[in-house]
Amino acid sequence: MKYFSLIRAALFRKPISSILTLATLFIAFLLFGMLNSVSMAFSQGIDFSGIDRLIVAPRYSIIDDIPLNYQNRIQEVPGVELVAHRSWFGGTYQDNRQFFSRWPVPPAAFLDVYPEYKLPPDQVEAFINTRTGAIIGREVADRHDLEVGDRIPIIPNIWLNKDNGPWEFDLVGIFDSDDDTVDTNQMFINFEFFDEYRQFGQGGVGTFIVRISEPSRTAEIAKEIDAIFANSNDETKTTTEKAYNQMFANQLGDIGFIMTSILSAVFFTILLLTGNTMAQAIRERIPEFAILKTIGFSNMHILWIVLSESVLMILLGCIPGLLTAQLLIPLFMGVIPFFDSVEMTPLVYIQGVVLALLLGIVVGLPPALRAMRLNIVNAMGEHAV
Amino acid sequence: MGDVLIKISEVAKSYHRGAMDIPVLEDLNLSIDKGDFLAFMGPSGSGKTTLLNLIGGLDSPTVGSISIAGKQIHQLSQGQLAVWRSRNVGFVFQFYNLLPILTAQKNVELPLLLTHMSSSERKQRALTALQVVGLEDRANHRPRELSGGQEQRVAIARAIVSDPELLVCDEPTGDLDRTTADEILELLQLLNREYGKTVLMVTHDPKAADHANHTLYLDKGRLTGQQES
Repeated sequence: MKYFSLIRAALFRKPISSILTLATLFIAFLLFGMLNSVSMAFSQGIDFSGIDRLIVAPRYSIIDDIPLNYQNRIQEVPGVELVAHRSWFGGTYQDNRQFFSRWPVPPAAFLDVYPEYKLPPDQVEAFINTRTGAIIGREVADRHDLEVGDRIPIIPNIWLNKDNGPWEFDLVGIFDSDDDTVDTNQMFINFEFFDEYRQFGQGGVGTFIVRISEPSRTAEIAKEIDAIFANSNDETKTTTEKAYNQMFANQLGDIGFIMTSILSAVFFTILLLTGNTMAQAIRERIPEFAILKTIGFSNMHILWIVLSESVLMILLGCIPGLLTAQLLIPLFMGVIPFFDSVEMTPLVYIQGVVLALLLGIVVGLPPALRAMRLNIVNAMGEHAV
Repeated sequence: MGDVLIKISEVAKSYHRGAMDIPVLEDLNLSIDKGDFLAFMGPSGSGKTTLLNLIGGLDSPTVGSISIAGKQIHQLSQGQLAVWRSRNVGFVFQFYNLLPILTAQKNVELPLLLTHMSSSERKQRALTALQVVGLEDRANHRPRELSGGQEQRVAIARAIVSDPELLVCDEPTGDLDRTTADEILELLQLLNREYGKTVLMVTHDPKAADHANHTLYLDKGRLTGQQES
């Protein structure tokens, strides 16, 4: 700590240059915080999916339907315990800024397959028995201040109803989860009402969710299901829920790859920029390091002082950048679909700080070694402070 | 004759330039008493600064031995020399060599960063050193806010702040006008007489050398004469 004033003073000896470098670092870590949070939000949903669930989806595209009557034949496959289904509803609640996903589902079977969605028994009963019933997750309820008994109008954008008007659902339950990774930014609608009241597509569903009794036979069961529908008009592709989520994410674009590519480009640029700034700063201060060595600072002192400067500079850009990312992320919620489940986790902070430390060392090491190795007599002879 | 502080025996120093060896000092023998004020004079390239660097532990002799207060400094490693310099030698240079980013007080504190002193002790010691050189009221000024003479006084304060026995001064008045130079030389005399510092000074200026007790003359790397002031 006693060298801190020396390091701090050196860092800001050229204020404009330092402020510009810090601004660059700030933006880089702001991007890191936001993009890495998005990337983690996607991978988190994938990593924590159930291992005893299979998804039966249309073989060629996620926008196709599968006939509802496949359900009974899937149910007959040995090892299949329970079958439910869900379809993408889309639509708009209030405005596009209020995004949450909406799914018509068969209430009883769906809640059996997904025991992680917790709601009181009377609300489960109400959902099963109310044709226009819907349940929403805690996050949706809190954000929109909704209570059981409210009516939720949804303006359709895919599934027009027979009255060509908005859909209206009765809110009969609000689900929570003990597990933080379960998405409560969703709404589930009674499929029966949806199927009867839509203008077209009756008897079709988006995907089947299959709970299996023997997770060790996953591949075998998946193959058997797909074999039943092979060569039909609606062939299926059965995968684990985790693989399906991954595939779904990949259809939106390989998020991880895109994020990593952007961040790599950003940090490579920073490496060059900051590395050049540091090297220039050290070159200009050779006589200062010579005088420090003259009065007794050892080679290791010099090495640590320069490395500390480098690490401190990058941390000064990193920490405000990450904090600002945390402040900005909520502003994108509701504006950009899928941003609702994005948050700055402690892991993003840890990754950011570790990255800053590594960058600081990589950028600072070459000039630090140069300063450390300089010969006092030569340096004093060639330069005058 | 007083106690011998510095004993230089059979010292030679040469530098390598490509395949060539360039001798700078040859066959040098010298004893300097504790509390002496000695000036080195001679033409450019005579080896004055090289000799001062060897005595100050900034460089090592090619052959020969240098003993200072009983310590064989020619046998010390670079790391050991750095520690030895921090405790035993104060340096004053022609161009002051202050760190422009630090205030006078922080510049003076620099050698104390290598000690275990607390922040307040370091500050107190730095202010005392600035008081000795008459600049206590300029403690918070940066070098660019000081005159050349004031900068050199700060450099002297930095040299004495850790209370070394030896002050090594390379052309300390080379960049100053006559009046300011005389003030600096009087300050060095004060440190020598009142505070018992052994002062070694390289200079081209005979008037500066007059402030020393003795002047040694070098030419082509050899001692060629001595004169009492």
